Amino acid sequence: MDALILSRIQFGANISFHILFPTITIAMGWMLLSFKLLYNRTGDEAWMAAYRFWVKVFALSFALGVVSGITMSFQFGTNWPGFMERVGNIAGPLLAYEVMTAFFLEAVFLGIMLFGWNKVPGWLHTLATFLVAFGTTMSAFWILVLNSWMHTPAGFEMRDGVAHATNWLEIIFNPSMPYRLTHMLLASGLTCAFLIAGLSAFRMLIGDPSREPRTTFRWSVWVAAALIPAQILAGDMHGLNTLEHQPQKVAAMEGHWETGPADLVLFAIPNQEERRNDFEIAIPNGASLILKHSLDGEVQGLNDFVAEDGTVMHPPVAPVFWSFRVMVATGFAMLALSWGAAFLMWRRRTAAGLNPWLLRAFVPMAFSGWVATLAGWYTTEIGRQPWLVQGVVTVKEAVADVPAGMVLSTLVMYLVVYVALILAYVTMLFVLAHRAARGELAPELVRSGAAPVAVAAE
Amino acid sequence: MMDLFGPPEIWLPLVFAGLMGLSILIYVVLDGFDLGVGVLTPFVGDADKDRMISSIGPFWDANETWLVLAVGLLLVAFPAAHGQILTALYLPCALLLIALILRGVAFEFRAKTTGRLHRLWNRIFFVGSLGASLSQGYMLGLYIMGLERTWATLGFAVVAAFALTAAYGFIGACWLILKTEGDLQYRAVRWARTGLFAMIGGFGLISLATPLVSPRIFEKWFAFPEILLLSPLPLAAGAAAFALWRMLDRMPMRNDDWAWAPFALAALLFILAFGGLAYSFYPYVVPEKLTIYEAASAPESLAIILVGALFVLPAIIGYTIIAYTVFRGKATKLTYY
Ligand code: HDD
Ligand code: HEM
Ligand code: HEM
Repeated sequence: MDALILSRIQFGANISFHILFPTITIAMGWMLLSFKLLYNRTGDEAWMAAYRFWVKVFALSFALGVVSGITMSFQFGTNWPGFMERVGNIAGPLLAYEVMTAFFLEAVFLGIMLFGWNKVPGWLHTLATFLVAFGTTMSAFWILVLNSWMHTPAGFEMRDGVAHATNWLEIIFNPSMPYRLTHMLLASGLTCAFLIAGLSAFRMLIGDPSREPRTTFRWSVWVAAALIPAQILAGDMHGLNTLEHQPQKVAAMEGHWETGPADLVLFAIPNQEERRNDFEIAIPNGASLILKHSLDGEVQGLNDFVAEDGTVMHPPVAPVFWSFRVMVATGFAMLALSWGAAFLMWRRRTAAGLNPWLLRAFVPMAFSGWVATLAGWYTTEIGRQPWLVQGVVTVKEAVADVPAGMVLSTLVMYLVVYVALILAYVTMLFVLAHRAARGELAPELVRSGAAPVAVAAE
Repeated sequence: MMDLFGPPEIWLPLVFAGLMGLSILIYVVLDGFDLGVGVLTPFVGDADKDRMISSIGPFWDANETWLVLAVGLLLVAFPAAHGQILTALYLPCALLLIALILRGVAFEFRAKTTGRLHRLWNRIFFVGSLGASLSQGYMLGLYIMGLERTWATLGFAVVAAFALTAAYGFIGACWLILKTEGDLQYRAVRWARTGLFAMIGGFGLISLATPLVSPRIFEKWFAFPEILLLSPLPLAAGAAAFALWRMLDRMPMRNDDWAWAPFALAALLFILAFGGLAYSFYPYVVPEKLTIYEAASAPESLAIILVGALFVLPAIIGYTIIAYTVFRGKATKLTYY
């Protein structure tokens, strides 16, 4: 293996690990704010208990997000120096704005949000919660602007092989940005809603007597049921946008080789060597209908993206094809489950006494958001290959001249740490749920000092 | 507009070098104290560990963000240098990152576990803090040596690793003098006294080695009249160190008077040492290879960042002050929000 492929794996591993936690925290900030506001309005202690429980999960996820994010900001220099040399004039300001407008905001007010409860007036605590949620969302905004620009670059010109900005509004509002931002924010909402629903269901199943898990279960199922249709719609529109700007990616997602009317391939084994699908179950002309809104609409095929000399300028087909299907399947599973549960709760007006099998189904779905989000990102990012910035820089041109052995050694270190931390994180969530169900949480945390507060002496 | 202060290719890189230097300095002081507190944790029992860590709990995340800003500014303002420096420091960089990851998550995990696991996370917290301090010092050492790798430069880097760790431990102890009381405060004073000497030794070594490896830096310091103009720098450092030494002998004082002073003087020492280094290396961003003017991004891109920075940085400093005010005073009782 050479340094290029190792660097790609390393970057993929680092960003995949990073994104797990922001996907949770972006929406959970707003969820916590909603708990707080609902408590302020109704005075119902269950909402405050929910805030207390989930703020711990938030703090843990946030810490993991921050430390893995710091790794990300070094990655560009250590592994992809060509990226900043070629498009640094565009990427630089976007990253700088992310640090300045988002990271400091969330990092500073996080302290007050987590530990300031009995040190500041109630309104300031609510404000701090709001500012943290706002900060995480801003951070998603800026990084997605940059990522979208890498897929659909606009508002720049090349001088001596270096990109120079010509129009910042076009750069920020580049063609795929609105779709990607919407889709990602909804993804975060869904990930968080299913996490809350899953852990709350778990607590009910192990016999938590309090009202809190029932309250949060109901709330998060309603949120999930409301978001998932919007997500499917946004995903569809995102795909249409991609068809316009990166047709080779859509062709790979669909497993579509020859230009012409396209079938909707439900299942197949793409074979890139032979340039065909080995086994196929398809709805005739289905993809033409979805993508072009007509049965015989012409869809560009992958074979259009092979140069005369045989150089392949489309992404590897199988990973894009499969990860797209994993995402869509997860999406439909979310739809079925959340609507089913929402319907039952609407009929009975409560989450108490729900069929335990329904609750059991929510527990493994607690992390379904992670699966769909990662699958979606793999679709997008692998679908951009061999480009790093579509049509501007290829991945190969950007990679660092570091010995492969060195990249391999750091890659192994990262992987070991990441696997251990993911296991620790998931275990920790269930341990917290257990403790909460047995009513042990509050005193224990005070005693062991959850990065506790410095109480003023005066 | 941009030509107001002369040609933008000249003043913009200078301004950005200044901003970058400022955020590195703030980082070294702020994360320096919280890493230092981490390095000191094995010297005390469980209850005191809780107190020490609670004194940095609300701050460490924001402190680390200054590192992100510093690397970010290097990345955006001097992309060529960013690539060269970080690829040359590939391994220590990866070690630093892993140490920071372990330490950052340990804050949360240690608070949510008990018994054996709790002790394991305490140890991870210490190892992460130590690893981060050592690798930063090592990187500083290699950077001073012009990113060359020979036995001598590597040896120097190892010395620098220990010197910086001692310095962090020292400023961490000064922070604890400010934030704790009773027995723990006594211990912090003792740590600070030991740390002061270790740090002076380390900084002294660095100050001697720098002009020796680089004839250019030697010229910059020991030519006339520079040597006169620069003399306040080492003199002030000497005075601060002397004051610290005298003061630490008397600490803690009645009514906890002057508890803030060691930390303030420690920060002053950091600032002076940093100023000296910055003077030595200007105008290079990669020592002896690349100046800030050669490495800078396009002026238009720098300008757009600067406009943002002028509005945002004061706000950041403002709410950082709010946070430190909210959590002022001694860290004693443990309450989760
Ligand atoms: C909870 C998460 C989640 C769910 C349920 C879905 N997606 Fe998704 N999808 C994402 C999370 C996501 C994502 C992680 O947020 C991506 C990666 C990049 C992006 O902008 O969004 C994404 C990318 C992505 C892309 C690729 C965009 C590109 O070409 O760059 C398409 C076409 C879709 N999605 C379409 C869908 C459809 C039709 C879904 C219907 C079931 C769907 N997604 C469900
Ligand atoms: C957050 C979710 C993201 C995930 C899960 C993700 C995933 C991936 C994966 C799997 C690859 C490897 C693709 C391959 O080698 O075939 C990759 C590459 C890359 N992505 Fe992303 N990505 C994400 C977001 C971003 C963002 C926000 C940026 C930029 C700001 C970005 C920039 C890059 C770069 C520079 C590469 C390296 C070149 C390459 O191998 O293609 N990614 N990403
Ligand atoms: C190459 C891409 C990326 C880089 C360089 C990067 C960098 C960082 C850094 C340095 C932090 C820590 C900030 C702090 O100290 O508080 C961070 C946190 C964060 N990042 Fe990323 N990031 C990347 C991709 C993404 C993506 C794709 C998203 C979401 C769509 C995202 C969302 C966040 C959020 C919300 C946080 C806040 C902390 C948290 O929630 O844990 N980042 N990121």
